[in-house]
Amino acid sequence: MAKDTVESFKKTTCPYCGVGCGVLAAAVVGGDTAHIKGDPDHPANYGRLCSKGSALGETIGLTGRLLQPLIEGEASTWNDAITLTASRFTSAIEKYGPDSVAFYVSGQLLTEDYYVANKLMKGFIGSANIDTNSRLCMASSVAGHKRAFGADTVPGTYEDLELADLIVLVGSNLAWCHPVLYQRIAAAKATRPSMKVVNVDPRQTATSDLADLHLALAPGSDVALFNGLLAEIDRRGAINQSYDEAHLTGVSDALAAAYSDSSDVTGLARHDLEAFFDLWISNEKVVTVYSQGVNQSSSGADKVNAILNCHLATGRIGRAGMGPFSVTGQPNAMGGRETGGLSNMLAAHLELTDRVHRDAVQRFWQAPAMAATPGLKAVDLFQACADGSVKAIWIMSTNPAVSMPAANRVREAIAKCPFVVVSDIFADTDTAKLANVVLPAAGWGEKSGTVTNSDRTISRQRAFLPVPGNARPDWRIVCDVAGAMGWGDAFDFANPAAIFREHAALSDIAGSLGRDFDIGGLSSLSDREYDDLQPVRWPVKADREGGRFFADGHFFTTDGKACVVPVVSRPMADPVTAARPLRLNSGRVRDHWHTMTRTAQTPRLSQHIAEPYVELNPVDASEAGIAPADLVQITSDFGQLMARALVTKRSMPGSIFVPMHWASKWASDGCVDVAVTPATDPISGQPELKGTPVSIAPYQPAWYAFAASALEPRTSALKGLGYWAKAITETGWRLELAGGIDPVDWVVAAKELFKAPDSAHSATYEDRVSGRKNVVIFEGNSTYGAIFLARQPVAVARTHIVAGLVELSPQQLLAGRSSTAQADQGAIVCSCMSVGSNTIARAVSAGTLATVDDICEATGAGTSCGSCRPELKAFLLPQSAKLAAE
Amino acid sequence: MTKKLVIIGAGMASGRLLEHLFEEAPGRFDVTLFGAEPRGNYDRIKLSPVLAGEKTFDQIVTHDAQWYAENNVSCRFGEAVTGIDRQRKVVTTAKGKTPYDKLVIATGSSPVVIPVPGSDLPGVVSYRDIDDTNEMIAAASKPGGRAVVIGGGLLGLEAAAGLRLRGMDVTVLHLMPHLMERQLDPDAAEMLRGAFEHRGIKVRLAANTQEIVGDTKVEAVRLDDGTEFTCDLVCMAVGIRPSTALAKNAGLSCGRGVQVDDHMRTSDPDIFALGECVEHRGVCYGLVAPLYDMAKVASATLIGKRKVYEGSYVSSKLKVTGIDLFSAGDFSNGSNREEIVLRDAFGGIYKRIVLEDDRVVGVVMYGDTTDGAWLLSHLKQQTDVSGMREALIFGPTYAEGAPLDPMAAVAALPGEADFCGCSGELEMQGRVGMIYRDQVVEHGAA
Repeated sequence: MAKDTVESFKKTTCPYCGVGCGVLAAAVVGGDTAHIKGDPDHPANYGRLCSKGSALGETIGLTGRLLQPLIEGEASTWNDAITLTASRFTSAIEKYGPDSVAFYVSGQLLTEDYYVANKLMKGFIGSANIDTNSRLCMASSVAGHKRAFGADTVPGTYEDLELADLIVLVGSNLAWCHPVLYQRIAAAKATRPSMKVVNVDPRQTATSDLADLHLALAPGSDVALFNGLLAEIDRRGAINQSYDEAHLTGVSDALAAAYSDSSDVTGLARHDLEAFFDLWISNEKVVTVYSQGVNQSSSGADKVNAILNCHLATGRIGRAGMGPFSVTGQPNAMGGRETGGLSNMLAAHLELTDRVHRDAVQRFWQAPAMAATPGLKAVDLFQACADGSVKAIWIMSTNPAVSMPAANRVREAIAKCPFVVVSDIFADTDTAKLANVVLPAAGWGEKSGTVTNSDRTISRQRAFLPVPGNARPDWRIVCDVAGAMGWGDAFDFANPAAIFREHAALSDIAGSLGRDFDIGGLSSLSDREYDDLQPVRWPVKADREGGRFFADGHFFTTDGKACVVPVVSRPMADPVTAARPLRLNSGRVRDHWHTMTRTAQTPRLSQHIAEPYVELNPVDASEAGIAPADLVQITSDFGQLMARALVTKRSMPGSIFVPMHWASKWASDGCVDVAVTPATDPISGQPELKGTPVSIAPYQPAWYAFAASALEPRTSALKGLGYWAKAITETGWRLELAGGIDPVDWVVAAKELFKAPDSAHSATYEDRVSGRKNVVIFEGNSTYGAIFLARQPVAVARTHIVAGLVELSPQQLLAGRSSTAQADQGAIVCSCMSVGSNTIARAVSAGTLATVDDICEATGAGTSCGSCRPELKAFLLPQSAKLAAE
Repeated sequence: MTKKLVIIGAGMASGRLLEHLFEEAPGRFDVTLFGAEPRGNYDRIKLSPVLAGEKTFDQIVTHDAQWYAENNVSCRFGEAVTGIDRQRKVVTTAKGKTPYDKLVIATGSSPVVIPVPGSDLPGVVSYRDIDDTNEMIAAASKPGGRAVVIGGGLLGLEAAAGLRLRGMDVTVLHLMPHLMERQLDPDAAEMLRGAFEHRGIKVRLAANTQEIVGDTKVEAVRLDDGTEFTCDLVCMAVGIRPSTALAKNAGLSCGRGVQVDDHMRTSDPDIFALGECVEHRGVCYGLVAPLYDMAKVASATLIGKRKVYEGSYVSSKLKVTGIDLFSAGDFSNGSNREEIVLRDAFGGIYKRIVLEDDRVVGVVMYGDTTDGAWLLSHLKQQTDVSGMREALIFGPTYAEGAPLDPMAAVAALPGEADFCGCSGELEMQGRVGMIYRDQVVEHGAA
């Protein structure tokens, strides 16, 4: 790396989670990688990056990139693709009306992309049928904020996480999903050990490591927990009377509702509840951080309000170190909200259903056809594709065929829609494969614009790479289509800066209408000033920049008071039954992002977890006859998937967890969303992604296998198998396989799989009685691949084989394990520095390592991004930990 | 008073016996050593390297005149013992009688000569001693010479390889359908045949010799199907027979060999026997390792220590440079036999381990015999190898490493921290440990 010649470093922003970390990026001259560093000056991360962010430089290669438009799978010109798209949308609108078309966009889009897409749909097409994958992520927070505050306002800032005396993490595996925020809290707690952390999550996760108290509440019972807290606040006389009287409405109704609720449904022991209530009530400086465990629920909005209620009732909001804090999942979920990217919003936090707001926007846009009613929310939108009412849909920068609940239905709905446009950077996503027109979009590093992170900080994403092939930035594509539909004048933007100025100018109007989102102060930035824009927290207006909201008691409701919303807990949408006795939870892993279209391109991020898995409690596992590392079939009323069993008490009985990432490109049946219920929150429209009733059963194949291949495994060889999952490695590919029927000849089958010629040689190991077979295929000095088969889940030194595919001789590979001469470093724990579990365990047992820092120093693990540090802690003194548990 | 120890046979067995005796009880015996060959002990195992031209005779001599002199051994080489008088406790040679207090019979074995016409013709040799070897070397020194080796066992193949190296045109005739059938399975034998043919040695299997053709000397070998192989030299290496004539004539109890008990005593308590001439628990051995085991026990018995010989596990190694072949134990098929097979045709490697009740009972290795001794030790010690079954064939550096965790199938998943469960100790090896304190319990209790 150090020898590379690089371009100069540019400041940009990470395209993954909602933390919005500043990144310094420099393209390697003549290479398809970049050098990446955390931006020491960015207020979100001050130089830190997580494992995903650190590996960004490895995800910008052009392998598999879509570089020209496709019409029905055939390469075409931009002119033809734009013309076709415009004419099909126009004809659908003419024939069936504006609501017969839809956009489904993404929290991955930049604010400028979002702005023009929203403007086109809501002001020119005249429909509000633009929804975003943020519906799956943020909608409940938006709804909760609006109900309580009258606007979708995040009151606090990241500094509050460091200033708080108590942090409550609700439904958030912050350590894996927002690692830099986790590290900020961990660092604050290390310097100020009196700071307490409570983790509210049905699962024990890497985040629980930081917690002083982990409340493993029953799935979906958050409302009951926070109602219990609110009632206790009242009981102990901790209501902030002056704040209540001056700035709140609905407190007595909310209290009545809270008293009527029962904390019993949380399943938590009384002393745990008391401990939590004590901590919360006795610490004025409390920040309640919440994320998808709250939002992705059929009572998501109520959960949000239950949390907000406690902060409002105590007046603990908008002051240093206190407040509710929604942490977003996507890099620009907030920007999408600010531009009106949800179908029930207008733009600039203005209300679609408010005539004054609508008229103001219409005047500003000089719009010919303003949408007047909310459009379809994500789940309903795809349902409308299925039932034929949506005739044309444009999906931008997202992969709903994998990420939507009941994903198979969504897949069918998209396939059924008469005209589907997808703009993406890859043409082989599960969604793009269904499109009539695929438009090549510019990717991260190639496009330029702004994003807003979870604490309202607007940062620039800057291009440091040329736009490859015929790809175009999303804003440009939208404007091109708008132009072809006849609205060229309104979409005649020269660059993202011009769009941003218009967006800021519109927010100025919103501000004058009394709304929270006002960046009018940025509406006259020159192109140069826009290019140089430093991270800035909104609002940005003449008399104010950034800061916190609501300490002054001024809210954005009509009466200026916050609404304490009475909420009562209710069960999850779909009940568990004898036939579907378990709840299926879903979420992220540390090193992958969404549907893996980018993170799976890098070996570094693929080595931490290389196949889909299911966490399940030993009780549920033994009931279903499932042993560790078995393959588990998970079935709901909506679909079925298969994943590797991780039997662990971290999952509570009755609840299982599967990561959300594996699309059909990476695993045969790894897509969790095919099994997820399409039930939604009636208020927010957000799907309940974390509790579908399912049943589980072991898949019982004739054989299991692990393989390492130098070339991408032949797809046709995988097709007929009962199970497969693949991942990229430094030496090629790794595969987990299982099948129902033994091939007649494993050598022949292996050659087929590894794309080896018939002339290639084989070395084989066979134990007929145990069923173990190892086959290495090689020729000359190169090894095509090695496969290890067994009747049980295969015990084999995976990391050693993957690493040694090139270096080891076929005979050494055949052993499937390291010799004492070449120690296997075990499964990779630290992705950045590639340090394995065996290496760490050996270091711990050999030395006098007492702290995580000792491990870091001894092995190098955790010395780059630090995302693995919670895992490193686990290697220390298991015996004393055992004692602690007893 | 020093006792008179007379030893008949100056081969490898008695050589090793003397070493033990002089080490453990120097001066205890007054030793007289008779040898039919006109020379002292040499390493017969190394005859093949001598034939192949890789070693000289001097290099394989194990005990020279100086050694015998230093140990006061009265050497009677070239003087064949013709009788044993157990009554008078004397042995008889052409030169007279020699008394003994203790007698050791180490007469070894003699090659089997198949009883076909012409087997006594000049040019027919067996392969037992340095004289046979020298005769073959002489025959090979004539340009364009042809040799037929009858017998595709260890000895025959070593002879064939040596003769070929000395430039002869060599054909191996083997009665059985595959080479070295007592040591190899068909797959390994086939690789071996390929290796021999690659060296230009012709191998004819299922070849039943009917006649050795020739008037005054060998001219050809004819098979029962009429095929004839023209040749100047026939090396007959079809097996050995224990040399028991002396013992039998002395009235000692003999079966196929001189029968001995577990202390190497014959039916006469003052007479001992060891080496290829003996039969112990019904078994006769033709390899060097058992003979060394016997020497240890015989020595102990002679000096009055109690040591038991329980038989030997035999292993064999083909001594042909460039061909690595190792075989030990029993590898015939059986209903409770389980086998592990490694094949690498390109690398010329084949290994097979036969297990029974989780014990190694047979090992065949071709192409890479590095771990032969290690596997043999498990075979001998009857080690339970179930814990290292998958790594066994790859040798000790693999088998003695860390056990693999099948949970590693879930890639780098954080491992289960099952503190409260039944598994007890946390296995850190081979899994990522993400260990959690049960914080709810801990804090709830606090």
